[in-house]
Amino acid sequence: MIPELSATTTDERGRPTERLAARRSLGGLAARTAGELPALLAGVVVLFLLAAVAAPQWLAPADPLAIDPAAAFQGPGPGHWLGTDESGRDLYSRVVFGARESLTIGAAATAIGLALALLLGLPAGLTAGRARRTRWLDTVIGRVLEVLFALPGLLLALVFIALAGPGLVTTVVAVGLSTAPGYARIIRGQVMRLRDSAMVEAARVLGRSPGQILLRHLLPNALGPVLVLATLGVGQAVVWASALSFLGLGTPPPAPEWGAMLSAGRTYLQLAWWMTVFPGLAIVLVAASATVLGRWLQRRTEGLR
Amino acid sequence: MTRWLLSRTAGGLLVLWAVATLIFLGIRLVPGDPAEAIMGGPGSQAPPEALEAARVEYGLDRPLPVQYAVMLGNLLRGNLGTSYSLRVPVADVVGEQLPGTLLLALLSWVLAWILALGLAVLTSLARGPRWRRVADRIGSGLEIVAAAVPHFWLGSVLVLVFATSLGWLPPVADDTAAGLVLPVLTLALPLAGFLGQIMRESLATALSSPFALAARARGESEAGVLLHHGLRHAALPGIGLSGWALGSLISGAVVVESLFARPGLGRTLLNAVTARDVPLVTGVVLVSALTYVVVMALADLAERLADPRISA
Repeated sequence: MIPELSATTTDERGRPTERLAARRSLGGLAARTAGELPALLAGVVVLFLLAAVAAPQWLAPADPLAIDPAAAFQGPGPGHWLGTDESGRDLYSRVVFGARESLTIGAAATAIGLALALLLGLPAGLTAGRARRTRWLDTVIGRVLEVLFALPGLLLALVFIALAGPGLVTTVVAVGLSTAPGYARIIRGQVMRLRDSAMVEAARVLGRSPGQILLRHLLPNALGPVLVLATLGVGQAVVWASALSFLGLGTPPPAPEWGAMLSAGRTYLQLAWWMTVFPGLAIVLVAASATVLGRWLQRRTEGLR
Repeated sequence: MTRWLLSRTAGGLLVLWAVATLIFLGIRLVPGDPAEAIMGGPGSQAPPEALEAARVEYGLDRPLPVQYAVMLGNLLRGNLGTSYSLRVPVADVVGEQLPGTLLLALLSWVLAWILALGLAVLTSLARGPRWRRVADRIGSGLEIVAAAVPHFWLGSVLVLVFATSLGWLPPVADDTAAGLVLPVLTLALPLAGFLGQIMRESLATALSSPFALAARARGESEAGVLLHHGLRHAALPGIGLSGWALGSLISGAVVVESLFARPGLGRTLLNAVTARDVPLVTGVVLVSALTYVVVMALADLAERLADPRISA
């Protein structure tokens, strides 16, 4: 096969004409809708999850903590769509209520990670390659990041839990800590790119103070790409936090947190597969939706910069 | 080459020293008495004399700078201290558990690369723009789902399907080869999904680039173009993510070893964290950090070999 030498032709403004034509015809509209289908599905999942976080009682029929020993270990069916657990609690309600627990933990951990990353990445980016008097700051932060990178994945989180003891707050901080080095490196690069940009130059010429430039120009522009990455990161944070709960180091039972539910289901794996399969599916849905949406945002925002 | 080796070694030692110092300082910053952890946790209600004896036994009664110096001196001689919970030298525990985890991680890593490259090559075989798009969709869908699946859930589902329902494989890891299949699959699939996402894109870019066209024009076969030009480009971003891959394998090993009741470093670490056994945690973490340093150096070498644009 010989590939087309020039894949797309462009119009006078540099936009691909192929896409312009597609935009005009009805068939093109359908094709474009099909192209955005994964993002659309992910959006629906996220809307459902947000509704579950905001008002779980509207979506779930039962109290996630109400026990009913007579109804223990019922398989999926009418009455209990996803079955019941060892105490007869409705699994569907627990998964819906669990969205609040798990997503709050994931979002809080990501926020902590971003805050830490900003604290490290911003000064490093501002001083990197600059006057000798301030450059040491970038060197020091670079070394700190290097050490943190040497404890990849959950390792840093596990060390933190070993030192601080298990628990909900520790889990959130631990997961945030694990995600911080990656974000910090990206923020440093963004800040370095922006501080030498014409935009900042112009602001400086206009006599804006360094503080104004930082708040008006550097932070908003550096955070944009990072927030896109954070969309991807929330999925990872949810997975890591539930992994810690699964290992018995995070949220303790009987809270309807997805990882803790999986941990309980593990004991009854042979007897009640639904106790393992459905909470896990919820985690997979969150992580996959976060990936699809994050990549979609990346594609949409790339052209703007 | 010698300079490269020297700077790598120095950097690695610096990282290891920093990790050991970080944990040493960390344990002093958080509330809680290490002597209590030695005696079995705050719930054990050990008498004060026993706590005092434990402090003396582990040198915790000495001034902090002395403790720090003793620890560094011991580390230099390869002595990682004594485990609080197992009461044996940490180095012995680590040495005993390391080979099993290395085998598990290595097999999973190889399988993940095979799966990721295999899927990338398969989707690149699709002919015509329409099939191409369909193949890309299927490939990227598979990868996104695989990368999103958490180890602890994937392991359970694999046990449900292949052990409980079909009965083909044992649900716990024994010493046989069959016992390794499910743990390795559990570790490899998410990693393969993650690696595949970037490798496929990179392979597609390489195969539609001018140099691939030139190779075809020279009369090179499609397989030759793939082997000589495509795979090299597909592998590069995968090598660049070695640090991330190692993190996934280490975190995964903690989960998988406890899920499949397989002895190893991951399970040792989990038990040590639960018991707040600081010397054992430090030992396992130092070994992991050392692995990270070595892996990053090897990845650097591999990148130089695969990419002639980076030279010396």
